[in-house]
Amino acid sequence: MRKIEAIIKPFQLDEVKDALNLLGVTGMTISEVKGFGRQRGHKEVYRGAEYQVDFVPKIKIDLIVSREMVDQVVGAIAGKANTHKVGDGKIFVIPLENAVRIRTGESGRDAI
Amino acid sequence: MKAIGFTGFGLLLLGGLVGVAWADDPTPLSNKAAVELVQAHANYVWTLVAAVLVFFMQAGFAMVETGFTRAKNAINIMMKNLMDFSLGSLAFWAVGFGLMFGVSSTGWFGTSGFFLSDYTPDGDPWVLAFWMFQVVFAATAATIVSGAMAERTKFVGYLTYSVVISAFIYPIFGSWAWGGLLNGGGWLENLGFIDFAGSTVVHSVGGWAALAGAIVLGPRIGKYGKDGAIKPIMGHSMTLAALGVFILWMGWFGFNPGSTTVADKSIALIFVTTNLSACTGAVAALFTSWLKFGKPEIGMTLNGALAGLVAITAGCANVSPGSAILIGAVAGVLVVLSVLFFERIRVDDPVGAVSVHGVNGAWGTLAAGLFNAGGTSMALVGVQLLGIAACFIWAFPMAFGMFKLVDKIVGLRVSPEEELEGLDVTEHGGVAYPDFGLSSHGGIMPAGGGAKENRPHPVGATMALKQE
Repeated sequence: MRKIEAIIKPFQLDEVKDALNLLGVTGMTISEVKGFGRQRGHKEVYRGAEYQVDFVPKIKIDLIVSREMVDQVVGAIAGKANTHKVGDGKIFVIPLENAVRIRTGESGRDAI
Repeated sequence: MKAIGFTGFGLLLLGGLVGVAWADDPTPLSNKAAVELVQAHANYVWTLVAAVLVFFMQAGFAMVETGFTRAKNAINIMMKNLMDFSLGSLAFWAVGFGLMFGVSSTGWFGTSGFFLSDYTPDGDPWVLAFWMFQVVFAATAATIVSGAMAERTKFVGYLTYSVVISAFIYPIFGSWAWGGLLNGGGWLENLGFIDFAGSTVVHSVGGWAALAGAIVLGPRIGKYGKDGAIKPIMGHSMTLAALGVFILWMGWFGFNPGSTTVADKSIALIFVTTNLSACTGAVAALFTSWLKFGKPEIGMTLNGALAGLVAITAGCANVSPGSAILIGAVAGVLVVLSVLFFERIRVDDPVGAVSVHGVNGAWGTLAAGLFNAGGTSMALVGVQLLGIAACFIWAFPMAFGMFKLVDKIVGLRVSPEEELEGLDVTEHGGVAYPDFGLSSHGGIMPAGGGAKENRPHPVGATMALKQE
């Protein structure tokens, strides 16, 4: 099992979600986050005071997939979230030790 | 015989009717009294409708202040606005109204009419209508201050201030300029001072008290960096702020024209001058901020509309529409520069109250002299300047001294921990937006957050200024 963490531009979420559903992923969790990579923020002004906004709003998608699906899923996310502009985001693949379904108590692959 | 009878009866009847009608014709004298009564009724209706409009400005102030401040303090702002009106009205009823409009042998303060003692059930109820109109004006002056003192003031300290300004600071100056509207007579108005609806009496008094409060309090944590950088602390709702400005604008149509307290044609000019000044205030602030910062910015533009309204308040009845446009234009530019100025000298005014009300109250009063439709003169301008100065010399030290005293007795500023956590939780045990899960970052990480900001700070202005 692998955990995939993808940080993408909020605007791309719907397309990514649809593509993942087509692949047959069994669920996902999203959170609203802020961050930056090599993309720096931008200047804003409020009542005459200029300030730098470094952290840019992003969406983080967490999903758990079996080892076999990792490449497909990464490809789907990367494909749909790519706008060819700075700030498109990153995908991380992390090995997962275990997963448990709370309702039934199943664990391992049966829990995904 | 019968024909004569009928005709005769008919004639008799007709004659009788005509006789009756003739006896009930209104005499010229009773006509005049009746017409005067209708006019008096109209005066009551207009004055009280205007009072409602001015009352609703309290909602406007509440929305502007909360829009320009953070969500974690929204309850506190609502409480301060609710209570400075409620407590202030009672203080004005008990003491303030008498000081302002009571019989004044000296010309410096009134000595009658406390606790609305001028009202008797069988007497003229005009004093009630007049009181109602005046109390909402007093409340306007009082509520101006809460914006400049937002996000770091102890609630108890603010309540104390509300009573003092409504009972004492506002009415004393008011008696100098407006006492003659009822039973008093002030030295300033006797010199010919023009302040029709209160650019100085209401807005500058509030504005200078706000300045005193902001100075005694010191800036909010995170407002200024160690290198002197000015860090913006973003308001949590530009939509509420804009709503507030629209409500205030609408309320001003009671504030200015209502000050005639008479229902006659003069209110038409006042409506027009009021509106034109507000519009050009907004436009001028828009262009000024656009030029200076590269983008048309909402905070400044909203303040510009308010500045225009404050600036026309003194001269709304004695300047032409064209002059109103100029007055508003200057106000719009002035408020932008003033906000920047006060930020630079480390006076943290979260909503721009000092710049909108204090500075433009002064400009508006001067403008009423400069643009007087009947002609301006050195003497008139001199009196206007005298009034502006007198207001500052009275209101600022009085408020400053009072805030210092409150600080000594109960403490004026909350502790740094309370300020960082938010006054809603610490002062009122509540959260304004429990469903929204708002963080207290306010959009910018360093301002108000961050572990490194959490060193213990001594409370008070001098210490706060020292550590920057």
